Amino acid sequence: MRIHFKASVFILALSSTLATFAAANGAWLKNVSAHDHERTNPYKDQPDAIAGGKRIFEQNCSPCHGKNAEGTKKRPPLRSERVQHEATDGDIHWLLVNGNMRKGMPSWAKLPDQQLWQVIAYVKSLGQ
Amino acid sequence: MDIAPSAALPPPPDSALLHVVATILKRKMQRALARQNSALYHCLTLLVATELQYEWNMKKLAAICLFGLFLGVRAEAQERPYFVTYSHEMEEPGNLDIEFFSVNGKPDSANRFVGSNIEFEYGVKAWWTSEFYLDGQMTQHDSAIFTGFRWENRFRPLLREHWINPVIYVEFENTSADKALREVVGHDGAADFVDPNAIARLDKEREIETKLILGSNYKGWNFSENIIAEKNLAGDPWEFGYALGASRPLGLTASAHDCTFCREKFQAGVEMYGGLGDTYSLGTHLTSHYAGPTINWIAPNGVTLSFSPQFGLNDYSIPRLYRVGVSYEIDQFFSRFHRGSAQ
Repeated sequence: MRIHFKASVFILALSSTLATFAAANGAWLKNVSAHDHERTNPYKDQPDAIAGGKRIFEQNCSPCHGKNAEGTKKRPPLRSERVQHEATDGDIHWLLVNGNMRKGMPSWAKLPDQQLWQVIAYVKSLGQ
Repeated sequence: MDIAPSAALPPPPDSALLHVVATILKRKMQRALARQNSALYHCLTLLVATELQYEWNMKKLAAICLFGLFLGVRAEAQERPYFVTYSHEMEEPGNLDIEFFSVNGKPDSANRFVGSNIEFEYGVKAWWTSEFYLDGQMTQHDSAIFTGFRWENRFRPLLREHWINPVIYVEFENTSADKALREVVGHDGAADFVDPNAIARLDKEREIETKLILGSNYKGWNFSENIIAEKNLAGDPWEFGYALGASRPLGLTASAHDCTFCREKFQAGVEMYGGLGDTYSLGTHLTSHYAGPTINWIAPNGVTLSFSPQFGLNDYSIPRLYRVGVSYEIDQFFSRFHRGSAQ
């Protein structure tokens, strides 16, 4: 009975670890609906909107993702291939609204939609 | 930096000891302030020194707010302007939010009072926020007392954003003679404020409070509904209450340049709350209800200042309440203690 219990705990720990790695590898992208995936950024390439997005980024995102989106010890960079090229603006908007709470990424739905798009415009501008 | 309000006003003659304690505390904090240009130190210095040295009244609260307008420190937090209602939004993981709330009221047949609490809100996980409160109150022509503590936890069971987002709230509180009015339940009303503090504090309230928080965000608006059930562990019946809030930032887009009084820095809304009786007498008979506009402003240094005049909606309520809040959020609090941290 005791062995069964230990085995269950081990399997549980292993599966949660694997789930964590899966999420870190961009598994969230699979959860984005086609509708959200195709959404376009109304502020794309607009210098004023990007400047505003930079301000929002510095206030809310940089404590975890680094001042220049280079990432920190525990949180991923946003200059990565996945963020800059694999994920569409709509994908990132979906992530900001819903978060990835198991991985520590909170929902930013408390920010107005306009400001979320501004942040995305700024983050995407870092890869250009 | 000098603390203008406390230097300008003489202390009352019966608070010599408090004056000495406050002066020592103030000097210590001023030294810390000189080392770190932090909003936290500004706020705590001002609030603690002022509260210890002087009786509170609205003029002094206003002086604190005005002083806060000119603080020259930096950081930022997005807060809903609610005082009683909880939204479904959680504290960001790792962030520590330090908040000071105060309510000033004058029941018809009792002395004016100021109930205050200081809160430490920490984001444990993205779906779990924990908060610790220290409560106190001051009643005119009576005394100032520490009234107890509260510890609350909020859990978000659904990990994605929906039309309506539930949050489960559980709190334990150990208070007596509390006048912070952070919730109104059961048959709470103006009559509860009549007893002098010496008598009121004999009534210990060890309570479990639960809330179902429902929240929605739509086109910049936030709509929040709280259903409250509270139980005194001494055996009283369950008491019920509600709180409702709606708010919106005045500006939805972020301006390209730093600004102080631009619309995005303000959030305004309305809040309404009240009691719904208890298990023996459920309903609105002999219950108090309040409603009022509410607004907050994020100062350039990141301190959020909130204000709300609230009005009792029936004779059982206190006619008017004035609520003031000051909060400051410290990003990634514990990582600041790590060597080689990104902070």
